[in-house]
Amino acid sequence: MATALIRNTENSPDDADNADHTVDADGTDVSVPYAARLDHVSKSFGRHGARQQVLDDVSLDVAPGEFVCLLGASGCGKSTLLNLVAGLDRPTSGTIETTGHCRPALMFQEHALFPWLTAGRNVELALRMRGVPRAERREEAERLLELVRLKEAHGKRVHELSGGMRQRVAMARALAQDSGLLLMDEPFAALDAITRDVLHDELTRIWRETNLSVLFVTHNVREAVRLAQRVVLLSSRPGRIAREWSVDIPQPRRIEDAAVADLSVEITEQLRGEIRRHGQH
Amino acid sequence: MASTDTRVTGNAGPGGPGPTVDTGTTGSPDALAGLEAGLDALETRPVARTPLGRMLLQKAVPPLVAVVLVLVLWQLAHHFELKESYQLPGPLDVAGALRDMWLEGTLLSYVWTSISRGALGFAASVLIGTPLGLLVARVRPVRAAIGPVLSGLQSLPSVAWVPAAIIWFGLTDATIYTVVLLGAVPSIANGLVSGVDRVPPLFLRAGRTIGATGLRGIRHILLPAALPGYIAGLKQGWAFSWRSLMAAELIAGSPELGIGLGRLLEQARELQDMSLVLAAILLVLIVGIGIELLLFAPLERRVLRSRGLLGNAG
Repeated sequence: MATALIRNTENSPDDADNADHTVDADGTDVSVPYAARLDHVSKSFGRHGARQQVLDDVSLDVAPGEFVCLLGASGCGKSTLLNLVAGLDRPTSGTIETTGHCRPALMFQEHALFPWLTAGRNVELALRMRGVPRAERREEAERLLELVRLKEAHGKRVHELSGGMRQRVAMARALAQDSGLLLMDEPFAALDAITRDVLHDELTRIWRETNLSVLFVTHNVREAVRLAQRVVLLSSRPGRIAREWSVDIPQPRRIEDAAVADLSVEITEQLRGEIRRHGQH
Repeated sequence: MASTDTRVTGNAGPGGPGPTVDTGTTGSPDALAGLEAGLDALETRPVARTPLGRMLLQKAVPPLVAVVLVLVLWQLAHHFELKESYQLPGPLDVAGALRDMWLEGTLLSYVWTSISRGALGFAASVLIGTPLGLLVARVRPVRAAIGPVLSGLQSLPSVAWVPAAIIWFGLTDATIYTVVLLGAVPSIANGLVSGVDRVPPLFLRAGRTIGATGLRGIRHILLPAALPGYIAGLKQGWAFSWRSLMAAELIAGSPELGIGLGRLLEQARELQDMSLVLAAILLVLIVGIGIELLLFAPLERRVLRSRGLLGNAG
């Protein structure tokens, strides 16, 4: 399966960038080896009678600056897991630690932007909640919108933006939390294929520029392989970690790349195996 | 457990960046930025607004025509004496009654007495109804306890409170404000409750993730999100306070209370002056519609338009 790794020599700045990421010169990384640590996490819903276990003994580390995709069919508890990490819910047993200085940022399938605020004000609200002084908010919001290449959208209302633009503003708002850990709950699932493809490129670029840790939930195998350094496959009902792959295909990748396709086939086989088990039961 | 997969991903484009697809593949920032700008441009449509002149024509002309039509029918009915002339004066008689009041200098004082009472009563209703609505919306036991009562009160005509209020407070301002409050507070509170109920849970989750919890969550997320429902409640609250005020003024009369439009109506009846009765009704109507048109309608339109909830956005 393994073949030689050839990097595009025309992109030397990008390569340096890449190297930077794997080494991670940041001092804090030595003392804290993870951005999020899930230790034997289980989660059940409902009372004793109709108790349903959604997550079963999930242990997972996300390293600082790492991009991890959680992959699974429906019923695997992906979204539950993200809610737990985001602090919106508590595990039934086990512990979850995050090392950022505030709550992890969370992006949803819907943009969840506030329609009563302009794009810029949405970002500024997150800055305000973080305690950024008023004088710096506007400038910082403009910097973040520029990072997602929407500088001119600052004064626009949410309904004036396209689906892709909304998700980019949502990304800027998530980055405004400056938490170091970005949780993404199928953020591109509702977009058309062209826009999704562009946002994959965009997310990869931003991730490499910002030293962010990303935990990305999806049911799209190709998307997972396109984006992640590590793909974690969850089984369904209850969600357990079935297997994981580290993806060493160099970024920037394309969803059409042969390497992406090959690994996707392998992961899909495994995923189908997991799903089949439920039919036999 | 981890299986590693390494692959050739070099672009086979011979000799430098090839055609357009290739530049995209290499993730060149410019290519991506250009692609994105193109997508953005394709997916956003310019919003055309109707020119002011045409909007006036569409919005103002039909009601004017309707008013003129009513006046003509009224004049005809008066002319052919469908009722005795003292029972059905013509439009000109009513206009005369208004002119007389204006010349005496009493017209504005009647209107002002009622409007200032209405405004004060409405303001007090907002101050009471808003926290009340918020409590009912957010605190489950409170909702269970007084939610049904609150919506029930809305269907109780507030005139029903006038006798009780007179027994409690006599013929004073307190009586009038009691009736106004009992009329307006439930609809303002209910408006806020339904506004809060219709806030998408996603907004609250998104708010919590950015750290807007507790009072900050209410101020920055819940209240702005509930604003459209709240404004609808305010609008209805105003209509209710105005109605209740007229009922209270009509029934509760005493020299200390001064003369508002409701009292004017009652005095005109005592004088059997139908022109004055109709003039007073007209004034009550004009103030009610005027406040709605000048204050609440633009406010509501602005809020809805800024959220893209107004149909004519494109």
